[in-house]
Amino acid sequence: MFSNRLFNILVPIISVLLGLVSGAIIMLIFGYNPIAGFSALWNGAFGDAYFFGETIRQVTPYILSGLAVAFALRSGLLNIGVEGQVFMGWLASVWIGISFDLPMILHLPLAILAAAIAGAFWGFIPGLLKAKLGVHEVIVTIMMNYIALYLSNSIVRNLLSDGADRTENVAETASLQSTWLAEMTFYSRIHYGFIVALLMALVMWFIINRTTTGFELRSVGFNQHASKYAGMNVSKNIILAMVISGAFAGLAGAMEGLGTFGFMSIKSGFTNIGFDGIAVALLGANTAFGVILAAFLFGILKIGALNMPTAAGVPTELVEIIIALIIFFVASSYMIRWVILRFKKEGK
Amino acid sequence: MDYVIEMLKIRKEFPGIVANDNINLQVKKGEIHALLGENGAGKSTLMNVLFGLYQPERGEIRVRGEKVNITDPNVANAQGIGMVHQHFMLVDTFTVTENIVLGSEPKKAGTVNLKHAEEQVRELSERYGLNVDPKAKIRDISVGMQQRVEILKTLYRGAEILIFDEPTAVLTPQEIKELIDIMQSLVKEGKSIILITHKLKEIMEVCDRCTVIRKGQGIGTVDVSKTNPTELASLMVGRDVSFSTEKTKADPKEAYLSIRDLRVKDVRGVEMVKGLNLEVRAGEIVGIAGVDGNGQSELIEAITGLRRTESGNIRLHDKEITNMTPRKVTQSGVSHIPQDRHKFGLVLDFPIGENMVLQSYHQKPYSKKGVMNFKNIYQKAKDLIAEYDVRTPDAYTPARALSGGNQQKAIIGREVDRSPDLIIAAQPTRGLDVGAIEFIHKKLIEERDKGRAVLLLSFELDEIMNLSDRIAVMFDGQIIADVQPEKTNEQELGLLMAGNSTEKAGGQ
Repeated sequence: MFSNRLFNILVPIISVLLGLVSGAIIMLIFGYNPIAGFSALWNGAFGDAYFFGETIRQVTPYILSGLAVAFALRSGLLNIGVEGQVFMGWLASVWIGISFDLPMILHLPLAILAAAIAGAFWGFIPGLLKAKLGVHEVIVTIMMNYIALYLSNSIVRNLLSDGADRTENVAETASLQSTWLAEMTFYSRIHYGFIVALLMALVMWFIINRTTTGFELRSVGFNQHASKYAGMNVSKNIILAMVISGAFAGLAGAMEGLGTFGFMSIKSGFTNIGFDGIAVALLGANTAFGVILAAFLFGILKIGALNMPTAAGVPTELVEIIIALIIFFVASSYMIRWVILRFKKEGK
Repeated sequence: MDYVIEMLKIRKEFPGIVANDNINLQVKKGEIHALLGENGAGKSTLMNVLFGLYQPERGEIRVRGEKVNITDPNVANAQGIGMVHQHFMLVDTFTVTENIVLGSEPKKAGTVNLKHAEEQVRELSERYGLNVDPKAKIRDISVGMQQRVEILKTLYRGAEILIFDEPTAVLTPQEIKELIDIMQSLVKEGKSIILITHKLKEIMEVCDRCTVIRKGQGIGTVDVSKTNPTELASLMVGRDVSFSTEKTKADPKEAYLSIRDLRVKDVRGVEMVKGLNLEVRAGEIVGIAGVDGNGQSELIEAITGLRRTESGNIRLHDKEITNMTPRKVTQSGVSHIPQDRHKFGLVLDFPIGENMVLQSYHQKPYSKKGVMNFKNIYQKAKDLIAEYDVRTPDAYTPARALSGGNQQKAIIGREVDRSPDLIIAAQPTRGLDVGAIEFIHKKLIEERDKGRAVLLLSFELDEIMNLSDRIAVMFDGQIIADVQPEKTNEQELGLLMAGNSTEKAGGQ
């Protein structure tokens, strides 16, 4: 008999494999060579140090946005607003990054902290509305995404620049970029942020699994009535869950603002870091370690895909289809479970 | 012998547990056959095997003498086996007929043709005295009627053998009587019935024979006419069971809980507790008798801090606890066994071990400076599981996987272990079998003898009469009578519960 644990590991792996196989079939149908396509994908992600550096760069915000979604889900809340919280974090980190002149030991932590607080605040509002008035968090967070997008555009144009499309670069004392890492990876945009991301995964694991706060959050997530009966403050826990989730999301924004780009520009639409975070959390079964693995997979697919048109002539869009298929198969994990059980029964 | 159903030497395993082992069940044509066992004994598993939801590891099933392989519920249906589920499977917004034909809708030129089906439903309903209106919407009819729709569903599909899964659990006494009549008329028409239950009274009343299961083992089959409730109970539990719990006379001391002029509104803003006065002393069990909906739930929620009071005060040992948070009330020495154990008592997705510290997780030794100590938590959980005989594979099993009786034992273990001054037990034995009921009653009396105050809320008069040292009758948000169980009877209590004052009731 499969243990539950093994099952939980097996299902995402099979989902990924099925996604890849379906991707190969689609490539075949459209007349591309799947072997050439996938090896181009692989080389695009790991082919040399530059590609590897870019992959890590992409994985970093995915880990954080995945943690944000996973943390809220463990507390029974669906935070669709990670995207907006990323914007607020990005904005806050750049704002601090360009406005102060401080030694690095103060400036960098301050900029990162500001991002976390800004994201947390953007999570606090829907949390408060849910806790006090019972407004569903999905509706509020979707709306908050648009507010964040246009608010940050407006602030970048009118407050942080003189009508320009982007801010100036953040001071070096607030930057996560590293010449050493860049040189090692043929000038990829890899930065120190991945250390922050891994650290935060540890933080999430610790809060959820080891603290009384995590116990309360999970309890409220499963059963509000029993939690209230047991003396927990349900409203406080709902707000807290959204605040911590928002803080993770804000940090994902800081990775872009202080690391990858070093500035913030006007955006015509969403970055998708937050929305992809939903898929990352889902694929990672809402656990910290699972999120790291899932973020790697998504990063590899995203970066590796850039190499597919040039090296194998496969359009990038196809990779989007493969990612979509993987998510589809994870979401239908019930189906995979059922098939596995079926096979087992016949094997007996 | 003319058996319509034979299940021989059935064995069904689940990971880590043998749910059914060596069980034989032989049902004769035209009889009502009871399947008796404690919660978690394996009755439902056995019926799910018969209904094709589970495949047995060993054993064979014969229908009308022929060996059959029931691989899924469709096969069972084709064999004429129908199941009336405990939790109804009905679409609220559909009519009775629509629900009955669901899945095998009669079609005419691509559209559903209900006319003919309606006639059939009406005819079936009349033949068995079910009195169901085929055109009524499910949401507009009572629970008892809904159950009849479930019965009609199986009959419409041509069932000859009907399985009733604890059918009386959701019914009022009047509805139970009517259901019994229906079962008897079904049998008269040549149907056979398997009745899953743990209520001995019902078995004695309607069943012809009874098969007993204990801890997954088939114990045997007895003729109901040649047995009695005491024998059945001891067969089911495996030892002698006493129905009325032994207890010494109460020795009440000073008042622990005193409630003055309490007023509480419900969710809709309607006043449900209207100036209530109540006192519970140390070392006594006070039972609140009353018809559901007279403010009992609101009273208990107000005491435990789950609902705000409008006015009045609640004192615990001279300490005011009115409108305190649930945690403060708990820490003042109140334990609460909630009415709805799934909604309030447990986080079903948590391991049973972690449910044991649901209120005390933030205290030492279960956590220190906000960090949980799972080693201590599970150590405590294992002790409580052993002490309160909670049957579970281990402490890490989700609470959801336990049977109702074992979930309740876990809650009682948790609540009593905190050594509270006051225990509030709201319907502590609802839906449990005699073994578990006996255990819980014993525990409550033990706590009383240790000098604790016990406030018992129950809608079962037997339980109130049996356990209470004093009965407070609640009607329309007030305590309207305070009677001694020795000096009253069910009739008088019934009158009081309907709102007649003591003098009137006594005068009759």
